[in-house]
Amino acid sequence: MHSDPESIRKSVRGYIKVFVALMVFTIITVAASRLHFGVPIAITVALIIASIKGSMVATVFMHLSYERKWIYGALILTGLGFLILMSVPSFTMMDHIGTPIHVEAPAAEHARP
Amino acid sequence: MDMNIPYTVEERPDSGLANGKLGIWLFLASEVMLFGALFSTYIILRMGAPEWPHGELNVPLGTVNTIILIGSSMTMVMAWASLKMHDWSKHRLYLIATVVLALVFLVNKYFEYSAHFASGELPAKSTFLAIYFTLTGLHGLHILGGIIVMVYFLGPGAKLYKQNPDQFTNRIEYTGLYWHFVDLVWIFLFPVLYLL
Repeated sequence: MHSDPESIRKSVRGYIKVFVALMVFTIITVAASRLHFGVPIAITVALIIASIKGSMVATVFMHLSYERKWIYGALILTGLGFLILMSVPSFTMMDHIGTPIHVEAPAAEHARP
Repeated sequence: MDMNIPYTVEERPDSGLANGKLGIWLFLASEVMLFGALFSTYIILRMGAPEWPHGELNVPLGTVNTIILIGSSMTMVMAWASLKMHDWSKHRLYLIATVVLALVFLVNKYFEYSAHFASGELPAKSTFLAIYFTLTGLHGLHILGGIIVMVYFLGPGAKLYKQNPDQFTNRIEYTGLYWHFVDLVWIFLFPVLYLL
């Protein structure tokens, strides 16, 4: 662990670099959204940039690049739970397998005499 | 009778950590699940919606708030690093700066919300607005929670520094871990709600 003032000064230079990188990536995210990609590409690009920014915050600001194994253990479990949560939407979609997603509105049938 | 809480500064032999460090990370793990559940809800709602509104939110204001929050993460980590370098007055300055940035974020959010309310864009109006207000409202409450903790460490909580500077430094580190997490959530909320 870094505790002596000299190594802290070294990490401060790292914090400044990450801060600048985060600002640049924020501008890139907004600029990319103005290019009006198709929705799937836009979502992919935005989420990739957000993940890069998020991992910079986690590894440098939150010191995850050097942490004890108990914390990594807790985070691996959290990651598993998070993956399960993120796959819930696809479980929901399984209800629709084999049926068209956008069925004609039944209102038209009711309108018939 | 000496009733000191154990492992506030020294590391526990089994975990290799001070208890507070493990505690805040377990709390953040539960926070990941809380926000994760709402992100998952967002995906389901968006996939099920016949159409999704575009350009309904104020992108410039959202961008400014993103920059403010990233800046506040920087000042927060510097508040901790200053304590490690035994510079008390710089620590105070950086912690005050973090509180100010957090307040500016909330003021911007207030203007954003009131503009929505003024044009009748209430959570009940559309699925998009419902999930927008739920996600940003919960995130805003986290900002408010962070401000309360930081103000405590600027006020009565600061006394601990004289008795036990290492324990105080650790408390600021844990506050920072929470604060960076709140920043991290916004890093995902901003593109998902404002840009996509």
